[in-house]
This record gives sequence, structure tokens and C-alpha cells, in this order.
Amino acid sequence: MSQPNPIGYDPKARVHLGLFYTGVGPQIVWTDPDAAPHTHIDTFVRVIQTLERGLFDAFFLGEGLRVRENRGRVHALDVAGRPDAITQLSALAATTTRIGLVATQNTTYNYPADLARRLASLDLVSAGRAGWNIVTTDNAWTGENFRHGGWLAHDRRYERAGEFVEAARALWASWDTGAVATSGDDESWLRPGGARSVERHTDLVRLRATATLPRSRQIRPVLFQAGDSPGGRDLAARHADVVFSANTTYDKAVAYARDIRTRLAGYGRAPDSLRILPGTSVVLGDTEAQARERAAWIRREQTSGPRAIAFLEQYWGKDLSGYDPDGPLPDIDPTPDELDPSRGTIPIELRTGKLAVIARWRELAERRKLSIRDLAIEVAPGHDLFVGTPGQVADEWVHYVRTRAVDGFNIVPQLIPGSVDEIVDKLVPELQERGAYRTAYEGSTLREHLDLPPLEEPA
Amino acid sequence: MNRIPSGCRLHLAVEADGDGAHPASWRVSGRPPAAVLDVPALRDTIAYAEAAGFALVTFADSPLPPGTGRDAAGRIEAGVRAAYLSTLTDRIGLAPTLHTTTTEPFHLATQLASLDHASRGRAAWVVGATNSAEALATIGGTGPYEPDRLRGEVSDVIEVARCLWDSWQDDAIIRDPTTGRFLDPDRVHHVNFTGGSFSVVGPLITPRPPQGQVVVIAADTLGVTGQVDIALVGGGDLTDVTQRARRVREDDVPLVFAEVEVLLDATEPAAERLAALDRASPWGATDRLRHVGSTDGLTTLLRQLAAVVDGVRLHPAVLTVDLPVLAERVLPALAADRLHVAPVAGATLRATLGLPQPSNRFVDAAGAATTS
Repeated sequence: MSQPNPIGYDPKARVHLGLFYTGVGPQIVWTDPDAAPHTHIDTFVRVIQTLERGLFDAFFLGEGLRVRENRGRVHALDVAGRPDAITQLSALAATTTRIGLVATQNTTYNYPADLARRLASLDLVSAGRAGWNIVTTDNAWTGENFRHGGWLAHDRRYERAGEFVEAARALWASWDTGAVATSGDDESWLRPGGARSVERHTDLVRLRATATLPRSRQIRPVLFQAGDSPGGRDLAARHADVVFSANTTYDKAVAYARDIRTRLAGYGRAPDSLRILPGTSVVLGDTEAQARERAAWIRREQTSGPRAIAFLEQYWGKDLSGYDPDGPLPDIDPTPDELDPSRGTIPIELRTGKLAVIARWRELAERRKLSIRDLAIEVAPGHDLFVGTPGQVADEWVHYVRTRAVDGFNIVPQLIPGSVDEIVDKLVPELQERGAYRTAYEGSTLREHLDLPPLEEPA
Repeated sequence: MNRIPSGCRLHLAVEADGDGAHPASWRVSGRPPAAVLDVPALRDTIAYAEAAGFALVTFADSPLPPGTGRDAAGRIEAGVRAAYLSTLTDRIGLAPTLHTTTTEPFHLATQLASLDHASRGRAAWVVGATNSAEALATIGGTGPYEPDRLRGEVSDVIEVARCLWDSWQDDAIIRDPTTGRFLDPDRVHHVNFTGGSFSVVGPLITPRPPQGQVVVIAADTLGVTGQVDIALVGGGDLTDVTQRARRVREDDVPLVFAEVEVLLDATEPAAERLAALDRASPWGATDRLRHVGSTDGLTTLLRQLAAVVDGVRLHPAVLTVDLPVLAERVLPALAADRLHVAPVAGATLRATLGLPQPSNRFVDAAGAATTS
């Protein structure tokens, strides 16, 4: 943190916050005695209203189009069960007035005109608060739930995503401003020629459609992108208004910001036309020691004995239920085939070479005398955390945003509603005290909350 | 099987798309034409229908604009409209039209299950089967489907949605700290559905809807009445409706609703209102009963229909005019006859309609396997 300002310094920079309500996976500690039922509409309403009180930019829903499995059976150890994102956000639009509503939606298993229309509908019912987190999927296992299943070659999924987004944007821009009648006496409801149909006929995107909706108060939904591969970064630089990233530690964040802003310039876009919000989690305490203790408890709960075994099973490709999670690593050899994709998306770097990964783990466990569970706590993927007193975390975040490493964070809660309550009640006031967080919503649309440059509205 | 209609009760549904069923309704709605693209109008209409005591509101939809531009060419997607209203209402059923032909069945089932959760058990689905070349072109398809192929497609999508709604048992979430299990994996099922043109492995990503099964509504003309909870029957006159109701009851459909378009005497007589509207855009013939006239005449018609069907879906010609007349004059008259009872706060749509809570096919199958 002592490096000179590598990418500028902005003393007025403010922290933008989103909350990523995951709904599946090991992050959420369901064994927390104060846990609320995470699938219940009341929990969603309570969480989003707390976030709005905390002046958050946005509430995000993720997407997973197949229930995760472990060796052919439904994975039983993590929370699961989530709503359709656009449906749920439409319901929540009626219970809130300011906070942004971001739906993660796949470009592989949706039809462009259908999805563009549902997103535009959310944008209208929320008066300009909708966002779309653009994701792609290429695994045939998820595709088994769809008419058009595992049809898309990996190297073409971002190509499809790009064409998909362009078609959606064309539909969102297809109504002229002021094309709808202002009185029942007008000749026609829609001025003739006031809406143009959109056609695409490539091998990846085919459609002919006419939008049924005009532009929203923020013109169109805000576009988010999370892919970290070169294809994903390029899609972000071309189309996105906001990027999520996994580059949370400071040095990685700086390198990422530099890379993405270079790509932006390549597309003729200004540095401030794209907000960078890496994912992270926060554990607070009244003292630093207490915060560390809570963080360790959360990590241990997230890595229960059965979860540690299931984690290794994904790599070993074998039933390891006979092994003691508190004992040494399995003495049997893993199968030679690659990772089972059914536990969710596997990062590209883990798709091959699992035997080398396992060899490294064996060496690590041997050297540090780690049990199966200890090893999983050490190596199972988790979010980079900020742990400390509210003041400590606020200081760190202010440094991140003022040195332009990030524009804010997309927070993954571990406790629902506990994490949400403590961030809003304890961390937000500390950020406000440092002049790095709004004290009231100044705008009404998601685009305005993010301080993105206004879109030019074509005539 | 010729069942007697649910007797002494006429369930009331209302279609609330746009400004009303008449294509020129936007000219006389008393609000700006663009109001149908914003939520205050939607909120007001449904709050009014709920207060009036309707059991169910339906939302027409299409992947295409509703009109060519002379009349309304814009609308919010129906699933989004219904979801937006779910947290603002507490007793009226919400039934978006979702099309089997232009959506992914898995998404459709997820959206409806989610609507049922958000509304605490008040979701229904009007099965859409848009089949024009223009509609199918929105998803890059070519069409239309031949009638048999279309019927098969619609039937498959209903069947897979029903399987997916059962794919999580009601007691699938166990939160058992001793075994570390959040779910019981034996209570979350692959559906392994294979239809004529697609297959779905499942399970759904969403837990079982509070109603177990979302209430499924389809027109008798789709040929799938054996799979639905409510069959909608059209017909040019009472005799026609009676015959068609009798025919669908042979499929053991639990409820039959007649489709009735209404344009009523208001501050001006119905005939004059209709003439003025038709001068702007003629109200073309449809496959539905149409009552243009007095509220007494409509009440009489509805009393006659109560002997034939279990409910009606009313299509007000102009929502801002005809819905208040229905609420103030027609529903009270039916209530006085005990033909109409308003739903109670917090009731599921199934409870309001007297439909039983369905069992779960996967539990039933397991039970059958154990006993055999």
C-alpha cells in the first residue's frame, strides 16, 4: 500500500457498494443461529430494504441454471434454491425506490429478443434501476436443462455474447423518443416509423423483432460483466458500464485497473465510463482480534468436515466418504480424468492439470501436518476478505478508491442478514465520516448512483 | 364425466392488459396513452380489481407488439408485471401469459415458481402458444408449427413445468447441523424429461412453489385441457359455451371458465360508447361471448353462466370505465346472490378457487415403489 499513486489519485473518490446475494454455494453460513431462510421473499425484502437504508448502489442476483451436484447426486451441503432473477427483482422493485436491481443472465441459454424485453421491462417498472450482469456458459452439463444445450464451442461463447449484447442494445434503442401519442385524439398511438425492427442473421444470433418498450429513465439497463479471461475483459471494455472482478488484493486490483483502462482506450472510451467493483466479503469486529476470530469461525463453518470431503471428491473423482475429515489426505490415487463440472463453473486454469494441483496439496499437507479439513480451509476457493474494525476496513477502502485501484466493492455476505446489518450499521457510517460515501441518494437511476456519464439519447 | 359446476359460486377473473380489450380503449382511458408503459396505472388497476373482490387477474402478452401502431404498440412483459404486483397485493391471483413456443421451458418454469414464492402462493399461468411466423422469428425460428406439432410442443412444455415444480419436495431443505446437510439429496429430483423436440434434466433451481403446482390456465382450443387446472372456453352464444364446457369436462379439467368481453352502460349508454370506439378502430370479432349493454343484462348472463361453468374471465373494453362499473354494480349483485365471494387476505389462489393442494409425483412414485 506504500507504492506511489500508480494510476492517479482522486481525493474526492467515493466508494460504490453492491451486495451480491448468492443464494447457492458455500459462502453463506446456514449454520449461523441467526440465519434467515434465504429463499423466502421476506428475507429478500428485509435485506434489500436494509441496503437501501445503507444507500447501496445495487442489489445483485446471481445465476446458476443447474443445481450443483457432487458425483451425480444433488450437492447437499451448501445452501441452494434461488429465484429467477428478473422475476424476483421485479417483485423487489415494488418494495424499494432507489436501489439498483441487477440480474445475472446468461447469453448462452437465452433468446436475445426475449431477454432484452424482460430486462427493459424491469428497467421500466423500477423507473430506471435495472442492470444486467452478462455471463456466458459453455458447459454441456448446464445445457442439459435447455432446448439449446451444449451447442456453443468454448472459444465462441464471447463472440455470441458480443452479438447478443449488440442485438439487445439495438432493441433498446429502437424506439424514437417521444414517439408515443400524448392524447387520445392523436392519429395513432405510435408515430409511424417511431419504432424500428431489429434483424440479425449470423450463425450465432438470429432474430427479427420489434421492441414493445421505449427507453427507460436511464435509457437502457446498466451493463455489468464479470469474465476475467481475455475474452471477458474485452467484452467488458467494449460493452460494460461496470466490471466485477476477482482482483481484490491491492496489487492485483491495480494491475487489473491498468489493463482494463488500456483496453477501454482501445475502444475509444473514457476511463470513467467503466466502474470496477471487485467481489469481496467483510468481517467486522469491535477490535481487530475479535474480527479475526469471527473470520476464522466463518471460514471453519464454510468448510465443514463433509464439505472438505466433497471438495476433495471433486478433484479425486472418487467416493471419499470413508475418510476422516480430521485425518490425513486420502491415501488412494485420484482418477486421471479432469474435474467434474457439476459443482458449478470451474475457472479455466483449473480445467486441466488437476494431478499437479493434488501433488502440490499433498506436499503442503505433509509439510504443515494438515488434515483434510485444514487443507480445504487453506486451499478451497474463497473470496478475498476485509477483516478488521469498521474504521480499519473503511481506511483501506478509501485508499483503494482514492488511488483508483477500484471504484468500490460487490460484497458477498456470509451471514444473512447478519453481514448486511453490520455493514450498513457500522461500516457505512465510517465511510461517510471519511467523506467517501454518499449521505443521501442524489440520483434516482442506477446509472446515476454509479456516477456513470449520461448516455447520449439519439433523437 | 359430466360434473356439475362447482355450484353456487362463480369465480371471477379479469384480463388487465393495456387499457382494455377494445383496440381504441387508449383514446378514452382518461390517462396519457403512454401510461400503460408505467407502473402507476398498473398498480391502480390491480389495487382496484383486488379491492373489488376479483379472484384472479390475467395479463395478455406476446413477443410482438400488441398492435401495429395505430393502436397501442407497447407493453411491459407480463411476467414482470405480475411479479411487480406480487408484493403489493395479498389476495388476488396473478396470471401472466407466457408463451410455450418462444421461451425456454426451464426459464418459464423457474419464472412461474418464483412468482408463486414472491406472491406467497398466488401465481397462475395462462398458457400461450403464439405460432405466427413473426412471433417465432423473434427467437430465430421459422414457423408456424403444424397443428399436431404445436399441440405436442404446448403439451410438453406444460408437462415439464409440472415435473420441475415437483422436483424439490416440500421438505427438501433440512438444515441438519449434525450431518452438515442443508438439503436432503433424496428429496431433490432429476426430472429427466424427454419431449418431442427438447429434453430437460432438472431439477429446478427454485424450491417447490408454495401452491405445490402453479395454477395452469389454457384455452380449450389448445387441445391440452387434460393437463390444466382451468380451461377457458369461448363461444359465440350461451349454447355454444355450454357445449364447449361440456366437452372439456370430459377431460376431467377441475375448473371451466367462460370468456366474456364486456362493454357496459356508464355515463353514456354502451351502444354509443361502442359506436364511438369502433369509429376509431373497429372491435373485430373474437371467439368470446361479448356483452355490450346494461349491467342488469350482464348480471343475468353471468347467472346463466353459473349453471354451466365454474367461473368467468371478464375482458373489460375500457379498464378505467368498465372495471369500476363491474365493481360497483355487477359484483355486488352477484355477491347478493351468493354467487360471488371475495378472496380473503393471505389465501393462496388454490384455496380461493377451491383447488386442492396437489401431491408430489416424486413422493407418490416413491410411495408406490415402497408399497409394491
